[in-house]
Amino acid sequence: MAAHEIEIILNRQLADCLSIPVFITDTDGNLIYYNEPAEIILGKKYEEAGEMPVSVWGNIFKPIDENRNALLPEDLPLVKTLRNRKPYHKTFFIESLNGKIEKISVTSYPILGRPSRFIGAVALFWDANNE
Amino acid sequence: MKIIIRGSRGSIPTTGPDIENYGGNTSCIELSAQGWYLLLDGGSGMRNANHMEKPLHKRLDILLTHLHMDHIQGLGFFKPLFDPEMEIHIWGPASSRSSLHSRLSTYLSPPLFPVYLRDLPCKLNLHEIDNSNFEIGPFQVQSHYVIHPGPTVGFRISDRKKIFTYIPDHEPALGLKGLTVDPAWMSGFDLAKDADLMLHDAQYSSAEYLLKKGWGHSSMEDTLHFAAAAGVKHLLLGHHDPGHSDKNLEEMLSDMHLKNQYSFLYELAKEGMEINL
Repeated sequence: MAAHEIEIILNRQLADCLSIPVFITDTDGNLIYYNEPAEIILGKKYEEAGEMPVSVWGNIFKPIDENRNALLPEDLPLVKTLRNRKPYHKTFFIESLNGKIEKISVTSYPILGRPSRFIGAVALFWDANNE
Repeated sequence: MKIIIRGSRGSIPTTGPDIENYGGNTSCIELSAQGWYLLLDGGSGMRNANHMEKPLHKRLDILLTHLHMDHIQGLGFFKPLFDPEMEIHIWGPASSRSSLHSRLSTYLSPPLFPVYLRDLPCKLNLHEIDNSNFEIGPFQVQSHYVIHPGPTVGFRISDRKKIFTYIPDHEPALGLKGLTVDPAWMSGFDLAKDADLMLHDAQYSSAEYLLKKGWGHSSMEDTLHFAAAAGVKHLLLGHHDPGHSDKNLEEMLSDMHLKNQYSFLYELAKEGMEINL
């Protein structure tokens, strides 16, 4: 397997230093890294589960609005970032597999290397329960 | 291919009797095969290359890993750049906002230098590279970004028989947990994989590195681990710190021999060293 691009590697190194959940994907949305705080959301340790296809990690929690209606994937920040290569931010709710509902804000941004190479995306999850 | 170390000091040219053995000139490596010549980086060691044999094709290629001063300061004193008969190709990274020409001109223009880049008498060609593959005569060259402040590449060069990897400024251990054991997350791994010879940054002792994380360089120990992970066959430890005397360097190397039992050959890069690969 070829090594990841350094822009991805440096984002992982930054994620390792942060206390907020960080998810890093490739250009197709496959999860290639998540940090320790993100492990709590996924319920899986990166060291054990490793990388995850978008079809797997996209179903671990269900995004819903304040009326418990399911959100369309195309309304989610990370999906929009992968499609448009731009940053997005949105506050919504997620329902985990055990039925627990959490209010979160998600900030996503594209990883654009030199010269204008789209390499992947990052999503940061913020606890919005107290907002 | 033949490799000559024209300069292996890092950061700033250094003089004095205590560094005579390993040399004080900054980064420059000469490669040749079948009458074709490459110079990797244009540090002060480039002056030593003024005495090189004339290329068969009146063409010289200069490959710059990045544009920090210790890698370009020899350009203004390299005679072939002032020879109207010479065809010179300079390959190096641009930045997000500035072209290679603009970035080189920052140095090759007054007040830092009396001659403008555009006024150099040679037939000058500039090539911007990033994660690139290109050919120069018998050489196949791969450049790839590596971890170092500012746009910086390393090179993997093959003459179709042997592979030489050159990553003089590199900090693959940057991060909370130091050097990873997973090659997929190791900066520079693809450049170094199974190289017959690699010259790599080894500027610091392990104790010094703890105080200089994020400066863009490696400890000797991390470089050994990196080379071992990549399956390098022969490692030259380079980019010597300007504060390290010959005695310091040899003590650091002895310490590595005591601490690590690697099966591949590793030694200190030394100005004037010649290797036939």
